[in-house]
Amino acid sequence: MNDLFVYTLRLGDDALISAQRTAEWIAAAPQLEEDVALGNIGLDQLGQARTLLQYAGSVEGTARSEDDLAYFRDERDFLNLQLCELPNGDFAHAMARLLYFATYQQLLYEELLTCADETLSGVAGKAVKEVAYHVDHATQWVLRLGDGTDESHRRMQAGLDALWPYTAELFESDDLVRRLPIAVDPSALQDEWTRRVTAVIDESTCSRPESSYQHSGGRQGRHTEHLGYLLAELQHVARSHPGATW
Amino acid sequence: MIEPLWEVFVRSRRGLSHTHVGSLHAPDATMALRNARDVYTRRQEGVSIWVVPAADITASSPDEKDKFFDPAGDKVYRHPTFYQVPEGVEHL
Repeated sequence: MNDLFVYTLRLGDDALISAQRTAEWIAAAPQLEEDVALGNIGLDQLGQARTLLQYAGSVEGTARSEDDLAYFRDERDFLNLQLCELPNGDFAHAMARLLYFATYQQLLYEELLTCADETLSGVAGKAVKEVAYHVDHATQWVLRLGDGTDESHRRMQAGLDALWPYTAELFESDDLVRRLPIAVDPSALQDEWTRRVTAVIDESTCSRPESSYQHSGGRQGRHTEHLGYLLAELQHVARSHPGATW
Repeated sequence: MIEPLWEVFVRSRRGLSHTHVGSLHAPDATMALRNARDVYTRRQEGVSIWVVPAADITASSPDEKDKFFDPAGDKVYRHPTFYQVPEGVEHL
């Protein structure tokens, strides 16, 4: 497998799996306005996923389409971060995840803006504005829940704590990102990510989670038990009716 | 918990006034503005948004309709329709 294909697939799978999880909130969010907001955010992520998977298919050279890559790969072939695939939990968990993930995406896309690959810099150019809003949305809710009632504070802290052990994986470097000239080495993003996320958590009156154990493996196709169920739902229709159009 | 109601006004483009487009629920003004962005401008409907707490709007009452609005019904002289417009005057 060529490096550019794998790298593009990583970015695309992050966006696709996040979009699927975010979409699960539609009609289940605390208020109608939030259904629409999360719907918009999920669709932004899906738009990024589509362009990235399409591009991955074209650089792979096997003429796999975005649909082939989304619907006809198995669990171990997906290269997304484990953070993206975890179940939604309550609304505070969702906002904690969005804060962690969107801040990461924002820093990543800001770097990709100037990369030599025209397609990736193009995706980044469109996505930076989208993810800036995702960060803002998550920030607004983390502040309100953290600095709200005793119960909302407790839940916000629980969400931040539960997802923290999945954040080290965002910044894992490997041979591929060091070898591929257009790739952003995510380890370079960690300090700024920590600074931005910590600022929000501090202002929310929650405490920054500390955890010794950090999960890993998504980039190598090793996932939590939750991804299989997510893919079953995502892929079921396409696999039951191969070649169907709608 | 029912959150406060906000009325939303959107300016569709520069030079036009903000127009009332609907209402929504939000815990505070900042979130109301963001919700309005998500609910009312997702198809490029606007370049500027105002949100106003619905509770702060003082509205005329339907019961007062007669004394408020009916007296204007027969005052045709309040319309500028009694002037002769000279020939050749455009854009009036």
